[in-house]
Amino acid sequence: MSELTKKSLTEIANLIKKKEIKSEELTQSFIKNIEKDKKLNSFVTKCSESALKKAKDFDKKPKLNTLLPGIPIAVKDLFCTSGVKTTAGSKMLENFIPNYESTITNNLWNEGAFLLGKLNCDEYAMGSSNETSYFGNVMNPIAENTVPGGSSGGSSSALAADLTPATIGTDTGGSIRQPASFTGTVGLKPTYGLCSRWGIVAFASSLDQAGPMTRSVEDCALMLEAMASFDERDSTSINKKKENYSKNLTNKIKGLKIGIPKEYRVDGMSKEIDKLWENGKKILKDSGAEIVDISLPNTKYALPAYYIVAPAEASSNLARYDGVKYGFRSSKGNNLIEMYENTRSEGFGDEVKRRILIGTYVLSSGYYDAYYLKAQKVRQLIKNDFDQAFKKVDTILTPSTPSSAFKIGEKKDDPISMYLNDIFTVPVNLAGIPAISIPAGHDNNKFPLGLQLIGKPLDEQKLLNIAFAVEKKINFKQMLNRWWEK
Amino acid sequence: MIEKSEKYLINGAKDKWEVVIGLEVHAQVTSNSKLFSGSSTTFGAEPNTQVSLVDCAFPGMLPVINEYCVQQAVKTGLGLNAKINAYSVFDRKNYFYADLPQGYQISQYKNPIVGEGEITLDLPNGSKKVGIERLHLEQDAGKSIHDIDLSNTFVDLNRSGVALMEIVSKPDLRSPDEVSAYIKKLRSIMKYLGTCDGNMQEGSLRADVNVSVRKEGDTKLGTRCEIKNVNSIKFMQMAIIYESKRQVELLESGKSIDQETRLFDTKKNETRSMRSKEDAHDYRYFPDPDLLPLNLDKKLIEKIRKDLPELPDEKKERFIKEHSLTPYEANVLVSEKEISNYFEEVIKSSDKKLAKNWIMGDLFASLNEKNISILESPIKAKKMAELIDSISSGVISGRTAKEVFEIMKETGEDPKQIIENKGLQQKSDPKELEKIIDKILSDNKDKAEQYKSGKDKLFGFFVGQVMKESGGKANPQLVNEILKKKLK
Amino acid sequence: MSIDKDKIKHISKLARISLDAKKTESLAKDLSSIFKFIEQLNELNTDKIEPLSSILNEPLRSRKDVVNDGKIRERILENSPQKNDEFFVVPKVID
Repeated sequence: MSELTKKSLTEIANLIKKKEIKSEELTQSFIKNIEKDKKLNSFVTKCSESALKKAKDFDKKPKLNTLLPGIPIAVKDLFCTSGVKTTAGSKMLENFIPNYESTITNNLWNEGAFLLGKLNCDEYAMGSSNETSYFGNVMNPIAENTVPGGSSGGSSSALAADLTPATIGTDTGGSIRQPASFTGTVGLKPTYGLCSRWGIVAFASSLDQAGPMTRSVEDCALMLEAMASFDERDSTSINKKKENYSKNLTNKIKGLKIGIPKEYRVDGMSKEIDKLWENGKKILKDSGAEIVDISLPNTKYALPAYYIVAPAEASSNLARYDGVKYGFRSSKGNNLIEMYENTRSEGFGDEVKRRILIGTYVLSSGYYDAYYLKAQKVRQLIKNDFDQAFKKVDTILTPSTPSSAFKIGEKKDDPISMYLNDIFTVPVNLAGIPAISIPAGHDNNKFPLGLQLIGKPLDEQKLLNIAFAVEKKINFKQMLNRWWEK
Repeated sequence: MIEKSEKYLINGAKDKWEVVIGLEVHAQVTSNSKLFSGSSTTFGAEPNTQVSLVDCAFPGMLPVINEYCVQQAVKTGLGLNAKINAYSVFDRKNYFYADLPQGYQISQYKNPIVGEGEITLDLPNGSKKVGIERLHLEQDAGKSIHDIDLSNTFVDLNRSGVALMEIVSKPDLRSPDEVSAYIKKLRSIMKYLGTCDGNMQEGSLRADVNVSVRKEGDTKLGTRCEIKNVNSIKFMQMAIIYESKRQVELLESGKSIDQETRLFDTKKNETRSMRSKEDAHDYRYFPDPDLLPLNLDKKLIEKIRKDLPELPDEKKERFIKEHSLTPYEANVLVSEKEISNYFEEVIKSSDKKLAKNWIMGDLFASLNEKNISILESPIKAKKMAELIDSISSGVISGRTAKEVFEIMKETGEDPKQIIENKGLQQKSDPKELEKIIDKILSDNKDKAEQYKSGKDKLFGFFVGQVMKESGGKANPQLVNEILKKKLK
Repeated sequence: MSIDKDKIKHISKLARISLDAKKTESLAKDLSSIFKFIEQLNELNTDKIEPLSSILNEPLRSRKDVVNDGKIRERILENSPQKNDEFFVVPKVID
């Protein structure tokens, strides 16, 4: 394995800028790593040939004043990429080749990067273990038969295994932060509206946000800077000036107030997680921040509310997959309605069907007020909780997940226990605020665990700075035996 | 002209029944591009050429609202004297159909952009106010074509996403004639405003018709049926007549009405149940999370209000006052924007009374005869004014004018040219006329004596003779004057 | 609330997803337990709470009324499972 693929995104970007390495050499080394992806199964589509061509093109005419010069990047297969299959992890889109490019990937390409491949994910991003993908389970590089988290499981796995220098995911209820936590990587869910949703296969429109997944906080700042933009084509995109997150990155966090919400100390949480959380507090204190106990009283209602809002939106967002305009169509059925019913029955997997039915039910006549409207009220309460807390503190520190990575199949037949994985990440999506997960240490199995920092709307810079300070002192090291290469 | 018309009632076998009708009119907003995308709205384009990735609901596509369509809805609301809601919300109406690519229609459910308003109908027995319940913006669907292929349906998405205004009336209408008057008035208002072209043939205006019946004198509303998507006034009227009779027959035979959606079959002239739509009637409305609530700026509303054009009701009042028209005449002349424009153009340079008579008389007759609109009339307003002016300035007589008009309506030629070419100018030279009159009087001395001794009726005889002698060109007014003087 | 098989049949019809008897049964079981979990919300009195209408405190942005899209029939049709040169083609609609 080439040492190049182990380097951080920031490092390789600098090496290319200083002309110490060529894009072709860099791309070749990732392609070589990807060839050994079979057991991980993190890629749905490999773009080795076209990536190599792009690398050569770049080397001929290098654009060095970009953020990601000549860097190959694999992305979650939820981002529409022009001319390259975009499956959303579903049979429904198995052969769908968009002829348009998502705003986010387009932004990356404008900063000098190019597509290395499309990464596996839970079907339509519905899942917390990447087990719902039509293209099979993805394994976590930390141990065989262990889930990489989800829904951006292919992304976290490929990133941790050095198959891509950085990647992007989407986070609807924790789909960036939970897999980052499970794989010892950094994942950031930006403020709702900071990154355009145009060209991303939608799961739940009011919750979906794209964000970076990287191996360091510094890389995360760089990626976010490349991704974030105001987009006229997305009515929920925030119109604001671009920020220089990487240039403004600092570990000086003296005087900042960090809130510790008591409601995140849940029953059955392991001692190890508690220990890491305490350690995080200590590091922040040592760096000159002030620790403040706070309360987010409605936290326990976030997950139930989420399982109304997200499926409701999904049931409507996924209505377009009907076998008429694109995607899979069942050959069974003698009329239009039968065609629909068979197409959607054969094209969607079990979890997607489950959520479509939940969503259909909560919106149906006679139940709307009891479920959907109630959930929107709870969402308001959760937002109010954060608003109140942010009057007292700058940022909130919590664990990212209630456990470390689990075995494939362990929770597959128990939806509720699977859903509970997102208990710490979901409130953030409901409130539309940003949060970052950074590796904080390992549990007794030597499985990584993450800490989450939650910020005010559009306070990404502050989050990155605090994460940067904590990262330095935690000094997390990946412990991978690279079993998948054997 | 005003007649008292009978109340519209259905004579059942047992009772007399009143028909209660409410309309949901779907009016296509006049705009260049669609409600949430930049594709064109032009009618009649090649199939699927006016479709963007957004209209076709490709994965990851998002709606962005057309500000002009919002303004058009506000304008229409103001034209209907309705309350404009500063806060409104776009909802998704979820159902599956081949020509509904998103699997939902973006519409407005709980919070429409326009609230209650009203329209005044001018009916033969006076005027009547009809309440408007609401107006909201929504997307049109595409078109499913069933008759090209035997086993398949073809889908054209050109209309998909075009902006519609759904205008819902209160159940205030009581007869097919009132429905006709309502649609005509609504269409007229929107055409004056420029918010909908009202073209029913192209589908720019269609309606769902809600019909129920109740015994004469009852105040409680009966169970209604909704007749979907009727696209002409005639069909609406036929559908109402059929449907109300059907309901009366059911009720009088002791059965009840099922609240349901029905289809009007124009070939068989009957309504029938659309059972297949029933099971999917749960639309699961919820606010579209791809859009934010629409907050209208008060200043924008006021600006649109200030810039409103003169609407038919105001124009009618003004016509009555300024041009001394009867209410009936004013109604006819303001009923369509094009007609009132024509009238106002004509009277800029000609006599109002003559103009009114000519337009409502000969011109309308010729348009009816040719089945064309006033915009298509070969006789443009300016030429009409010239013709009228030739009458009032005495160049030609009213009778000759009819002759000129006959030519104009075929060729659109300039009236002066026609008069000139055909030598139709009146003889208005008193000396010339005196000569003719002298000749007639000397030829008919006996009759002149009889007249002078009291046989007044003979005056007409002399006029006729003079006109005959002059080839119909003598100025009749002058002839009268001179004759009277000479026969004293 | 427990979700019985009839309810599953009804909502799967609305969602246009055909289900066999076995799936219907397992979904009824899954959804029952999920709704039991969801109904924790009933502990919370929300009578005086306004539902969240938008997560962003921004006005709805709009477009000018300009035609700048469309005329891409080939691109629109190219991914369709059944089409001809002009139309999407679907099995006969029966009304």
